[in-house]
Amino acid sequence: MENDVKTHLEAPENNETLVEVKHFKKYFPIKKGFFSKVTGYVKAVDDVSFHIRKGETMGLVGESGCGKTTTGRTMLRAVEPTSGEFWFNDDTLGRVDVAALDNNKLKIARRNIQMIFQDPYSSLNPRMNLLQLIGEPLYIHNIARGEALKERVAELLSVVGLRPEYMNRYPHAFSGGQRQRIGIARALGLNPQLIICDEPVSALDVSIQAQIINLLKDLQEQYGLTYLFIAHDLSVVEYTCDRIAVMYVGNIVETATTEELFGAPLHPYTEALLGAVPYPDPRLRTTPIVLSGEVANPAHPPSGCYFHPRCPYSDGQRCVNETPELREIRPGHHARCHYAEKLELKGVINPPINVQDKN
Amino acid sequence: MKTTTNARLLEVKDLKVQFSVKEGTVRAVDGVSLYLNRGETIGIVGESGCGKSVMARSILRIEPPPGKITQGQVIYHRPRNHPDEVGEPIDLTALDPTGKPIRKIRGAEISMIFQEPMTSFSPVHTIGNQIMESIKLHQGLSPEDMRIQALEMLKLVGMPQAENVLKSYPYQISGGMRQRAMIAMALSCRPNLLIADEPTTALDVTTQAQILTLMQQLQSEIGMATVFITHDLGVVAQMTERVLVMYLGRVVESADVDSIFHNPMHPYTEALLSSIPRLGQKKYITRLNAIKGTVPDPYSIPKGCPFHPRCPYNDKDRCISEVPKLREVEPNHFASCHYSEKLN
Repeated sequence: MENDVKTHLEAPENNETLVEVKHFKKYFPIKKGFFSKVTGYVKAVDDVSFHIRKGETMGLVGESGCGKTTTGRTMLRAVEPTSGEFWFNDDTLGRVDVAALDNNKLKIARRNIQMIFQDPYSSLNPRMNLLQLIGEPLYIHNIARGEALKERVAELLSVVGLRPEYMNRYPHAFSGGQRQRIGIARALGLNPQLIICDEPVSALDVSIQAQIINLLKDLQEQYGLTYLFIAHDLSVVEYTCDRIAVMYVGNIVETATTEELFGAPLHPYTEALLGAVPYPDPRLRTTPIVLSGEVANPAHPPSGCYFHPRCPYSDGQRCVNETPELREIRPGHHARCHYAEKLELKGVINPPINVQDKN
Repeated sequence: MKTTTNARLLEVKDLKVQFSVKEGTVRAVDGVSLYLNRGETIGIVGESGCGKSVMARSILRIEPPPGKITQGQVIYHRPRNHPDEVGEPIDLTALDPTGKPIRKIRGAEISMIFQEPMTSFSPVHTIGNQIMESIKLHQGLSPEDMRIQALEMLKLVGMPQAENVLKSYPYQISGGMRQRAMIAMALSCRPNLLIADEPTTALDVTTQAQILTLMQQLQSEIGMATVFITHDLGVVAQMTERVLVMYLGRVVESADVDSIFHNPMHPYTEALLSSIPRLGQKKYITRLNAIKGTVPDPYSIPKGCPFHPRCPYNDKDRCISEVPKLREVEPNHFASCHYSEKLN
């Protein structure tokens, strides 16, 4: 725990830290005119830093357009970062900066960093059967061929709860939940250390959502996986994650352990997010915290604190003029707000335990 | 369930909608009955493919082709001038879906909000023109009055910079604003009934909170009845008075919202409720209770109780052979399970 006292930038430098992202930036240029002159930048990810320990699930939450998916994709270098470092404790390569690797080494590193995508309907090639889909990464990385490949795919299918006989079927024959299992099998094939889960359950029905969440938890235990869990559903995030980072307009505005963040948030945006979730109990009807206005435009972010135009606690001076830093307010709990110490923000109401109090 | 009061607004009686395709017949809505009083809010809950959207569209007679209403009635009690007076009941299923009478009701007396605000607007007309179209068709005002009313509606739904939005095309405004514009359009003729089909599913939580709060305000202002169709149990718990749970085209349980959440009498409802993670309950649960299996293929609905392959209480005898009827298991609490009373 003594490591927690360090700032978020200096993660504890021992084997326990698997991922360390430092000052990550991804700017997309806005081009205009005949010569595609660059007239500005969309700062999708603007100076994001965090670390993940081995075996941990780190949540990345925020509204659409806040840059959480771009962060995940940039880590895999599916999009190249504008600047920043991503230190990864690779099993084969040792501790490397993935953001600076050349193509050959990147291929090796990617074996250990895999991704699960949001939409199981568009992320699987409809012209490939399960053997091809799940076997593709194994084939590319020269892990298995021929009979050995079939065996491995059959094994992966049973690990994710599908029948090995389905190997010759195509994705259209499967439901959304089953397709998501296929996506998970594909990610598991290379025995990765880190899996970036980009909204893995948001396209699924509630009953199926629970199955997939349970599966991800089981796999984590079984294989000692580390997850970066990108999601917008706060109840799912609370249930799955050990630590959480909240993003707003390309910035991390708060990071803490799940209990801390949900119990005693330190940033007004986190409070608003938590207060906006409709609680599934008619006896606990709450008035949601309604934020005025819209999410700021990352091409033209507001001055000062990016959240000030919507913040109910804005002082109209310091908040408008001075950009707050992400500071450690309590041990291991960082927030980007000038008044984090002074505000008394509300966390999640602690509901009665009885989920179904049948009489 | 069939007690008639003079406040009744809509009655759906044993409605069946079928899709005949070459793979077979899909009974998307298979004998659904429900009622709705004036100013009341009901919720229809179910997973995708349970027929909730098709049912809602059939009320307005915009059932997606090749779907056809094969049985049942949708009776709309059109209110007269006085709020307590009931007019001629109209059977909407008997009307020509493209004829004048239904078009007079659609959008004016019963209107609908769709799930995807991007795809349900015309991309080549301005927001203003699209709202004014509905006003023009149903109220026949002068162009200037129409513009004023459209502007008023946009302001009513809390649209920032309403003047500019009137001249904007749908792609120029954000998802939350489009959903507001959609609500403005749906409410522009002050309908008696609003059918909201997943109105906030595509939105972020903070925008969802804005839209839901707005809908509550408008409902008390205009006094319309609302049918909320959603799979989000949180939205249902916060917004509705009565709930119908649908599974494979049938209503499996219906009761007031408190009974549904605190005393569910159908295993499916119970399973749905215990499969969702809830904020603040991480300390108490170590594992979510997922419902086993998946929703069956619509071409081969299981015999007996349609839920039996996934039901933890399946007796392997009566459940797999006899279709349970929707019956009153407690006063005003209906469920279709052979063992409702014995479950706990």
